[in-house]
Amino acid sequence: MSVKVRQVTKRFGLRGEVVGVNDVDFEAPEHAITSLLGPSGSGKSTLLRIVAGLEVPDSGSVQIAGVDVTRIAVRRREVGFVFQNYALFRHMTVAENVAFGLSVRKAAQSAIKERVAELLNLVQLGGYERRFPDQLSGGQRQRVALARAMATNPRVLLLDEPFGALDTRVRVELREWLHRLHEKTQVTTLLVTHDQEEALELSEHVVLLRNGRVEQSGSPTELYENPANGFVASFLGGAKILKGSVERGRASFAEQSLSTSVDLADGAVVEAFVRPHDIGIEKIVGPATVGQVATVSRLVRVGSFVKLSIALPDGDSISVQMPRRECDERGLREGDRVRLDLRDVKVAPPMDYVI
Amino acid sequence: MSGGIAGRLLAKEHGALRPALEESAWVRRTLIGLTLIIMGVLLVVPLAVVFVTAFSKGIDAYFHALIDPETMNAVQLTLLTAGIAVPLNLAFGLAAAWLISKYDFPGKSLLITLIDLPFSVSPVIAGLIFVLLFGARGWFHPLLAAWDLKIIFAVPGIVLATTFISFPLVAREVLAVMQAQGSDEEEAALTLGASGWQIFRRITLPKIKWGVLYGAILCNARSMGEFGAVSVVSGHVRGETNTMPLHVEILYGEYQFAAAFAVASLLALLAVFTLILKHWVEWRARQRLRGDEPVVTATSQSAALAPSVQRVSI
Repeated sequence: MSVKVRQVTKRFGLRGEVVGVNDVDFEAPEHAITSLLGPSGSGKSTLLRIVAGLEVPDSGSVQIAGVDVTRIAVRRREVGFVFQNYALFRHMTVAENVAFGLSVRKAAQSAIKERVAELLNLVQLGGYERRFPDQLSGGQRQRVALARAMATNPRVLLLDEPFGALDTRVRVELREWLHRLHEKTQVTTLLVTHDQEEALELSEHVVLLRNGRVEQSGSPTELYENPANGFVASFLGGAKILKGSVERGRASFAEQSLSTSVDLADGAVVEAFVRPHDIGIEKIVGPATVGQVATVSRLVRVGSFVKLSIALPDGDSISVQMPRRECDERGLREGDRVRLDLRDVKVAPPMDYVI
Repeated sequence: MSGGIAGRLLAKEHGALRPALEESAWVRRTLIGLTLIIMGVLLVVPLAVVFVTAFSKGIDAYFHALIDPETMNAVQLTLLTAGIAVPLNLAFGLAAAWLISKYDFPGKSLLITLIDLPFSVSPVIAGLIFVLLFGARGWFHPLLAAWDLKIIFAVPGIVLATTFISFPLVAREVLAVMQAQGSDEEEAALTLGASGWQIFRRITLPKIKWGVLYGAILCNARSMGEFGAVSVVSGHVRGETNTMPLHVEILYGEYQFAAAFAVASLLALLAVFTLILKHWVEWRARQRLRGDEPVVTATSQSAALAPSVQRVSI
C-alpha cells in the first residue's frame, strides 16, 4: 500500500507560530522502506504522526492505498506505529503486549495465541512471553514494539527513530535484522531517522527534510550523487561547499590550492561539493613551486581510515579521509605541507540556497 | 618532597570520599533527636492521651459510650458522608485529571488553580459558602422551599461541604501520576485500534491505580475527619446531623470526657489505619514500578490527616 502525502502543513503553538511541517509532498512506494531523513526539528516525526493520524494537519491530505484518510481516526487507519521510546505497556507481559491489538479487535483466543507465537519467533524472542518490558534490554524492547505493531497486519508500518536510543553496536545489528525482516514481510514502511547511514543503508527511497520542508527526495544513490543543493550534499556524505572561479579551463578554489579542469568559460563563478574522500593529497618535499600551499593541521587514525583536517591558505579548513595504507605510503604527518587534488568532483554554477 | 605533596593530595582525596552532602555526626544526632522530641510531644503523647482518657472509666464505660444511640448515629452519618463524598470525588478527580493531562485548552491553568481552592479556603468559610447559597436567606432558598428540600442543617449539606473540602485530594494525586507517566502508551494503544474506553480500562487505569487508591484513602480520611465546614452547615441536631468529630465536641462540651475520648479514639484508629494503608499502597506502587522513579505522591499527607489528629487532641 503506497502512502501519499499532499501539501501537508502543520503549525504548533496557540497562535500557530511554530511551523512543524510546511507544504510537504512525498510518496512512499508500496513494499519499500522509505526514510524521512533530516536534522532534529526538521518536522520528520511530525510528518510520521500525521500519517498515523496522531496529529491532524492544518491543510493537505494523506492517502493510504489511494484512499484519502486525512479525516479517518487513528484506530481505523490500520497502521503499525513503533515509538522512539518503545511505549510498551509496562503492566503487561511481552505476550500481552503483542496480543493487545488483536484482543481489542476481539479475535479468538486460539488465533491470538498462534499469532503471538509466530511474531515472537519472527523477532527472535520466543521464550520471552512471560517477561515484563522492564526485564528486557533496549534492543529486545524494540523488537517487542515491532512485533506488537505488526500483530494486526498493518497496511503501513511507521517507525519513529526506532534505533535512536540504542548503542551503536546494537543499532547496526538491528538495522541488518530489520532489513532481513522487511524482505520477508514486504510491508510498506516509513522510517524516521536523523542518521544518514541508516537511511542510505535501509531504504529504497529517501525524503530529506529541513525546517519542515522537503529538500530532495529520491533513491539514496540519486541523492548522494546528484544532490539538489548544498544542504543535501553536506547532510549526505558530509560534503564541503567550496566557491571558486574558472581560469583557462580550470576551476580553482581556496587561492588555487584546489583545482580541477572544467568545461566552462573563463571568469565563471562556480561551486563544488567536495566530500572527504574526493580529495587526493600529495606531500610537498622542498620549497613550494606555485601559489600557496595547504597544511595538515590534524591527523587521526580511525580504524582502517585516516581522517585529516587540512588548513587551506585562505584560512578555511577541509576534512579529508583516506585509507590508512595510502596515508602510510605517503608518509603524511601533522604539519606537513601538501598539494591537493580534486578527484571527479561535480563543479557547477552556484544554486540558490541558504545553509 | 614530591612524595609528600602526593601524600597530602591523596589524603585530601580520601577526605572527599565522604558524600559531599553528608553532615557530620553531631549535626545528624542533634537533628534526629530534635525531630524525635517534636514527634513525641506533638503526635505520640496526644495519641496516648486519647486512649488513656477513653479507658479512664474502664472498658465497660468505653464500649457503653460507643453503643450509645447518638454515637452510633454519628458513626453512621460519618460513614454515609464518606461513602458518598469519596466515590463522587473519585469520579470528579479522575475526570479532571484526565482532562488536564490529556488536553490543552484555554483556561487550563485557571482550572488547576480552582481545583486547589478548597485547600486555600478556610473550612469554616467553605461551610459558610453553602449556607449563603442554600441557607434560609440564601440564593437558592426560594427554589428549595418550593420543592420542599432542606440542604442546610440537614444531611445533604454535610455531604456537599465534605465533598467540597476533600475534592482536591483525588484530583491532585491522579493528575500528578498521569502527568508523570505521559500519554505514550495511550497513543500506542490508539494506533493498535483500541477505543477510548478500552484505552482507559486497559492502559490508563492500571497505570494510575495506585495513585487513585492513594488519593481515595486520603480523601476518605479527610471526609471522616472534617470539622470546620461540616460544623457550619450541620446545625448540630443531635442524633440527626452530628458527624463523629462534631459529636466528640458536643460530648466534650458536656464534660463527658471518657465518652468524648472514646469516640475520638475511633477517629484516631482510623488515622492510624489510614497511615498503614497509605504506606502499604506506596510500597506496592514502588514494587510495581521496580526501580523506576518513586511513585508520585504530590499532596502532603498532613493536609488530609491533620483534621483527624486535631480532633484527637481536643
